[in-house]
Amino acid sequence: MKPASFGYVRAESLEEALDALRQHGPEARIIAGGQSLMPMLNMRLTKPAMLVDVMRIAALKEPHVEKGALVVPAGVRQAILLERPKLADDLPLLASALPWVGHIQTRARGTLCGSVAHADPSAEIPLCLVALEGEVRLRARRKARRITAEAFFTGMMVTEKADDEMIEAIAYPLRRRGTGYSFAEVGRRHGDFAIVACAAVVDSARMRLAIGGVADRPTARDFPHLDGSALDDALNAFAWDLGAGDDLHATARYRRDLVRSLGRRVLEDAAKVTKGETNREAAPCRS
Amino acid sequence: MGIEHTTFVGRSVERVEDAALLSGFGRYIDDLGTRPGTLHAAILRSPHAHADIVGIDIEVARALPGIVAVVTGRDLANITTGLVPAVRAALDARAIAVDRVRYVGEPVAIVVARDRYLAEDGCDLIEAQYRVRTAVVDPVAALAPDAPVLHEGVGSNLVSDRRFRYGDPETAFAESPHSLSVTVRYPRNTGSPMETYGVVATYDPTDDSYDVLANFQGPFSIHAVVARALKVPGNRLRLRTPPDSGGSFGVKQGVAPYAVLIAATARLVGQPVKWIEDRLEHLSASVSATNRVTTLKAAFDGEGRVTVLNWDQVEDCGAYLRAPEPATLYRMHGNLTGAYAIRNVAVRNRVVLTNKTPTGLVRGFGGPQVYYPLERLMQCIARKLGLDPFAVIRRNLIPADAFPYRTATGALYDSGDYQRALDEAARDGELDDLKRRRDAARAEGRLYGIGLTAAVEPSVSNMGYITTVLTAAERAKAGPKNGAQSTATITLDPVGSVTVQVASVPQGQGHRTVLAQVVADVLGIPMGQVRVTTDLDTAKDAWSIASGNYSSRFAAAVAGVAHLAATQLRDKLARIAAAQLNLRPEDLVFADGRIASRTNPDAGLPFGRVAATSHWSPGLVPEDIGSAIRETVFWTPPELTAPDADDLVNSSLCHGFIFDLCGVEIDRVTGKIRIDRYVTMHDCGRVLHPGMVEGQVRGGFAQALGAAVYEELAYGDDGAFLSGTFADYLLPTATEVPDLRILHVESPSPFTPLGAKGVGEGNCMSTPVCLANAVADALGLDAIDLPLTPSKLASLAAGADEPAPPAGHAAPKPPAKPGDRTLRGEGLAQVAAPPETVWAMLLDADLLASVIPGSHGVRKLSDTHFQADVSLGVGPVKGRYKADVTLFDLEAPRTATLTGTVTGSLGSGGGSGRITLEPDGAGGTRVSYVYEAAVGGKVAAVGGRLLDGAARVIIGGFFAALARRAGGPSGRNTGLAGFLRGLLRRLLARLGASA
Repeated sequence: MKPASFGYVRAESLEEALDALRQHGPEARIIAGGQSLMPMLNMRLTKPAMLVDVMRIAALKEPHVEKGALVVPAGVRQAILLERPKLADDLPLLASALPWVGHIQTRARGTLCGSVAHADPSAEIPLCLVALEGEVRLRARRKARRITAEAFFTGMMVTEKADDEMIEAIAYPLRRRGTGYSFAEVGRRHGDFAIVACAAVVDSARMRLAIGGVADRPTARDFPHLDGSALDDALNAFAWDLGAGDDLHATARYRRDLVRSLGRRVLEDAAKVTKGETNREAAPCRS
Repeated sequence: MGIEHTTFVGRSVERVEDAALLSGFGRYIDDLGTRPGTLHAAILRSPHAHADIVGIDIEVARALPGIVAVVTGRDLANITTGLVPAVRAALDARAIAVDRVRYVGEPVAIVVARDRYLAEDGCDLIEAQYRVRTAVVDPVAALAPDAPVLHEGVGSNLVSDRRFRYGDPETAFAESPHSLSVTVRYPRNTGSPMETYGVVATYDPTDDSYDVLANFQGPFSIHAVVARALKVPGNRLRLRTPPDSGGSFGVKQGVAPYAVLIAATARLVGQPVKWIEDRLEHLSASVSATNRVTTLKAAFDGEGRVTVLNWDQVEDCGAYLRAPEPATLYRMHGNLTGAYAIRNVAVRNRVVLTNKTPTGLVRGFGGPQVYYPLERLMQCIARKLGLDPFAVIRRNLIPADAFPYRTATGALYDSGDYQRALDEAARDGELDDLKRRRDAARAEGRLYGIGLTAAVEPSVSNMGYITTVLTAAERAKAGPKNGAQSTATITLDPVGSVTVQVASVPQGQGHRTVLAQVVADVLGIPMGQVRVTTDLDTAKDAWSIASGNYSSRFAAAVAGVAHLAATQLRDKLARIAAAQLNLRPEDLVFADGRIASRTNPDAGLPFGRVAATSHWSPGLVPEDIGSAIRETVFWTPPELTAPDADDLVNSSLCHGFIFDLCGVEIDRVTGKIRIDRYVTMHDCGRVLHPGMVEGQVRGGFAQALGAAVYEELAYGDDGAFLSGTFADYLLPTATEVPDLRILHVESPSPFTPLGAKGVGEGNCMSTPVCLANAVADALGLDAIDLPLTPSKLASLAAGADEPAPPAGHAAPKPPAKPGDRTLRGEGLAQVAAPPETVWAMLLDADLLASVIPGSHGVRKLSDTHFQADVSLGVGPVKGRYKADVTLFDLEAPRTATLTGTVTGSLGSGGGSGRITLEPDGAGGTRVSYVYEAAVGGKVAAVGGRLLDGAARVIIGGFFAALARRAGGPSGRNTGLAGFLRGLLRRLLARLGASA
């Protein structure tokens, strides 16, 4: 469990990082918190020729609100965001989901953008980004672009990011008045990869449910306001469409069952806001 | 027996080990300095469960700067022999594969380099070629006449088949009104020490001797096995252990084959070699507990009184039978009737080899495999008769006045009062309250169950029990084996301070603390004046084959012999002091650092002065004492006799008792278990250090919770190993482990010097089945196997019916049967070129080379046989592979079948697929395909969760490239996921891609 040899650049500026990416192309990987990349390096699942460390870039350290969204640059660790005083007010969904990301030790180093770049289909941070219809801000040496979260994730650990691009930041739309949010997750142990993770966003016009851990990427679906058996049917169709598979930890059937049951639970929980009830303690399924 | 007065024993004194262990001053094997010139080894391991080694090309690896040597099994074959097992010499159990591999992770080559990084680089550069054989993973399947045979020399996979009969089982079955049987498939799990294996070895050619430092834990009977495998007499294998070892739970016994491997490698390279196992190696190829298929049948009366047990145990020891196996099967032989007075027993024990990692010691060692069926049976009997399980258990217990009690199978239970333990556990554990909680929960529609378990915890193994695997005639020929020698040496130095040395090889348990307690109490000195060393050097220290840290023998045997040695020394010192004080030795008291008259405390001497006498003034030492400088005592209990002609075996010296009760709730939606209350009652005889006993109970419980709910060393049907990281082999953490209610009664053992019994393994034996009984009670089940995963329990709670997919949705795939890892798929792609063009592309090596993502060239060996070098992967996970693809059943330009394999340093894959081309009516082609494939090796072990998705990406990449090459995709890009999935499968089939 020793990595193959690699080069290492500790970029002091965004430009320096982007230069390194341009120079090394597909042989380069950004390293931020390293909580996914380091194990993969040590297991030799990946052998990049060059690691570009972005954690010293001062410009990427500060989350900030911009046009109704919380912009989280590449250098922001999960633990830092979790400590943000207004996080539960600004982003109740993310505030509910972040404690489910790994463990306190991994959150102390792992970054949000790193999780998005890694694009694990069961990861909570990408799931919230998709549920909230956030965006990913990509930058290469000569150009920058913004892409919706749903378009960004294209498969398991595969994204729209080009080899010479890095994620400069991600942007989560802030909580909107009259909108309810709810998150629930089931894993084998707390901090494990989610077997199923559910994020619900409900406003007066629609119910939106995003599911992680089942398809090859976080996947969202919008429903009109439904209840009773109509909601059951809609969730059942969603559950089947996600194409669940069997693995060591859970059967496809179990995953579909959780999409149906937990999906309904989080939608109903989030819908309380539209009905004038509160759902501020929105972490219904402790597991 | 025992201690006259105790200052320290029986109290939870501060552990002397902890300051070092908690502050980074521990001295583990990887921390110790090595000789200049020490090289580092990495081990190339088999990605296949069963294959012939066709060739191992080491030239590229050897040419890498910094690589000193690449050693294969053939290289080592001349200077080593196999590791001798307890049965069947026809089975060549070597530490490294020679010509054939039989489990995933089996060593194939060793790279020796300047550092470990380079050694691993070297492993990546070795090209080992295999011819894959069919693997057999299930122990029952391995018994089938047409099963693949692992060792042709043995003739079948059955290496031992013994039947035993005690009492009159047939009559008991015939005369009892009821009978019932349970069948249990006990899964594989392990102990997962924090510190993995390590070996540092040197060979001295001038002396033909080996010096091996290894974090081995014993039993030191294995020293003989290692020496023999290295082809040296025992006195030319100096085996040393480091001062500290970071956990073992039995598992570190399994370092022995690596001691052979690294020592022999050191001999070949002529320099010291160091190897530290990493976690990937450890989980896949260190040691596993045995998995076992047991059918246990009982007959009983209308009150649930059991009259007879019939055990049929099929024990799976993995690919090789390694000493001391099949000890897991026989350790419990004497106590196959558990805590119950059952006089008729029939046993059939079969030992089977399969294509999995060889088994060895794991905490609980045979206990969980026995108590799971036994205690499931007791619950099923109660259920069948409509009785309270507590009453059924209690009714069957051995009466308190029957001790020492000889069981039907030969164990001599030393002491106990099981009824009292049961009653106190029910009272203090509030069993009635638990029943009320269950009733209340059920009234609300919740799933709540109660589990009970009674178990006898054996400790201090009889070194002869393993010979029960032999027939009485075979045993007579080989000579009797028995006993459990323990030894302690106590030394007095010239200033009268005390050093204790034992061959107990602890891994963090606190042996040094307890020994200091025991010896300080005997000698009447402060604990701080006693220094204990527990690292062992077989060239210098006193030891025997029974030495080591296993079978929970420390408190009973090692602390006991230290007490004997201290007492012997004390008696000598008393005579020395008596001569100087002109008193009788029996009138002297050792207390407060002085040796003084019982009646006149002023008439006395400082302990240190008397203790130093033999150094400074031997003339003052009474002649018949000789000297009082160093006392070494060996002790073996006379009760541990060899198995007799009737196969009666007293397999262990001590027998503690456990009674567990628990209440468990299962979440109907998630299937998760919540342990509402867990009560564990222990009788481990005399408690020497309550804090450490509690630590053992809590630790054992945590491991048992892991075995019950979280952990499994999982294999696919093809032998692929699937739980190679802690993301898939799930250990319970502090978050998952609930608090315990720990209760005690004390029935001191009459057979041990201090009255203590072992307590280290009990909960590993009792807790898995106690939780399973609670789950079975909650769900109303007759049968339940481990692990109790949420997915399994949710489906049991929900039943078979699932909401159907909506109309128009593809029919759901049938659920994969457990162990079937075949990736199956089908898909459809639109290509904007006519079928003839697509067909030609599929058969054009150059074109394929340009289409296949990551291709480094395609060689066309024939019109239908291709080989390619490809870089495959998803996201950052990439590896280079050799692909070999054959097409057949060609019907141009319509359909073809492909089979292929890929191999690379990350693993290997194989599969087949059928592709069909049809005109789409618009000048393009509709490509449809079905495929199946499987992936093995490292990728399967560490990335199983991601394989399906990876396959989609890779196959999708291929078809997308093909479509682009053919002029772009036609039609809509519908159902991308399904499309890609099919493509992936196709690609796997075609290119031999593995994720």
